[in-house]
Amino acid sequence: MTRAPLIIVLALVAAGSLLIALLFGTFPISPLQVLDSIFLPTPGIVDDVIWKLRLPRVLAAFACGGLLATSGVLLQVLLRNPLADPYILGISGGTALGALTAVLLGAGVAGSNLAALAGALGAIAIVFGLSFRAGDWNLHRLLLTGVVLSAGFTALISLLLTLAPQAQLRGMLFWLMGDLSHADASGGAWFVLTLVVLVFTLKSRSLNALALGALKARALGVAVGGLQSAIYFGAAVATVAAVLLGGSIGFVGIMVPHALRLAGVNDHRWLLPASALVGGSFVALADTFARTVWAPQQLPVGVFTALLGVPVLLILLSRRP
Amino acid sequence: MNLRADQLTIAVGTRVLCRDLALAMVPGELWGVLGCNGSGKTTLLHALAGLAPPASGNIAIEGRALADYSRRQLGRALGILLQREDQEFWGTVRDYVMLGRYPHARALFGWHADDEAAAEHALAAFDLTALAEQTYGTLSGGERQRARLAQLWAQAPRIMLLDEPLQHLDLRHQLQALQLLRKATREEGAAAALVLHDLTFAASCDRILMLYGDGRFAAGSAAELLQPERLATLYGCGIRAFGEGAGAHFIPVI
Repeated sequence: MTRAPLIIVLALVAAGSLLIALLFGTFPISPLQVLDSIFLPTPGIVDDVIWKLRLPRVLAAFACGGLLATSGVLLQVLLRNPLADPYILGISGGTALGALTAVLLGAGVAGSNLAALAGALGAIAIVFGLSFRAGDWNLHRLLLTGVVLSAGFTALISLLLTLAPQAQLRGMLFWLMGDLSHADASGGAWFVLTLVVLVFTLKSRSLNALALGALKARALGVAVGGLQSAIYFGAAVATVAAVLLGGSIGFVGIMVPHALRLAGVNDHRWLLPASALVGGSFVALADTFARTVWAPQQLPVGVFTALLGVPVLLILLSRRP
Repeated sequence: MNLRADQLTIAVGTRVLCRDLALAMVPGELWGVLGCNGSGKTTLLHALAGLAPPASGNIAIEGRALADYSRRQLGRALGILLQREDQEFWGTVRDYVMLGRYPHARALFGWHADDEAAAEHALAAFDLTALAEQTYGTLSGGERQRARLAQLWAQAPRIMLLDEPLQHLDLRHQLQALQLLRKATREEGAAAALVLHDLTFAASCDRILMLYGDGRFAAGSAAELLQPERLATLYGCGIRAFGEGAGAHFIPVI
């Protein structure tokens, strides 16, 4: 069954959500001014707000959402567990621990990003090393290692939060809840998003076979070990790129793929690009709320992804018997 | 294509089920694999399909060891019908059967027309054309079994290993599946091995492999091995035979 029209519709929805996100903010700008500024840039305050403030933030939000949703799809196939989300393997915990340690030690933006990356790579290596033995994956061990590691990281993060001076506590908490207010340079995240979605959409036949179980996939001619490693690292890179940009934005990675599946999109050929588009639109809109609802006070976007996501998922769940 | 196993030892944990088995599956021949529950039939099939390494021994297709084939090459040469599939499938019956084309697929995205034709043909062979657009999860047990067989038919391997292919099927479809297997081997030159519990169907195999589950095995022509005394030893219950050759019937003595 072809679902190309669905992707076109979702691409239009994504473009619409980006436009809406550009429209709203503390500084009032009319829709015409937005379009004017995008297509016919003229120097002035409107252009500065659109190009230097809102657009980078909106693009970062979209990339984050797309990455988290893609990572969720990949991990749900790999672990064959509907509860799998980008944070289940402890990667975000490692990233958070690295970043928060650096913040506590007074490192700058570059320093904390580097520490976050180190934490992420450390977590990826530990999980991979413990669950990949002799060319084969033990998925139960993978899942349990991730869960145990996450719990460990959570404990260490709680310790850091307890020790942190009052002045830094707020920033650290925002980081943990998922916050895009410092996200501006999203070029790397977009690169990762495009690459991961492209690679795994082209690999969608293998993902569809793997969804039947490792033994069955092998019987059909899938080189399962290599595929599982590729999925693991693809999901890990996507998660790290998203977490470095926006912290631990919750709920997107688990909600978006399930919402699409409940709507009948199961073939990974369409599920992956659709998840990236819906995840991106969703976080872009949620971040618009986070910026404007309490303006000029900015709220963590993670609160809104959950507040918007929970009712949507509950409605979808109750539709089916 | 032929599949040869030499000095094959099958074990589960420390329990040796079959020791030093020599087996040659050649084009045109249908093997029936018989044995009690837990005698190693499934484990043997998995080893022959390269899904799980045997305790020891060599397995080769066309003289080339299984390990020297890529998974995809192996999927084109050899196909296995698993006894169980634990995972639910999300799509339609056609989507499911299409997955059998995995090792043949050349299109970067989606499927080629010949893949779709092969799937269509396989659906028709197992009376599934009318069910093709139904969700796989809504099928009955027997319909699912036919969909699995159709998937194997779409895969079109030259060596087929089938673990209880007739389970859940009604009488007509059992017969139909067996006739399709006969056709694939005798007329189209495939080599096939089936795990069976129904001795009447075993009687239409060319060769029989008996696994006793304690390391011993017996292999030979159906006429030679399908004898009441041998079967009584294999299953541990009295068995009476009626008729001869491919039309023979076997009934346990109560």
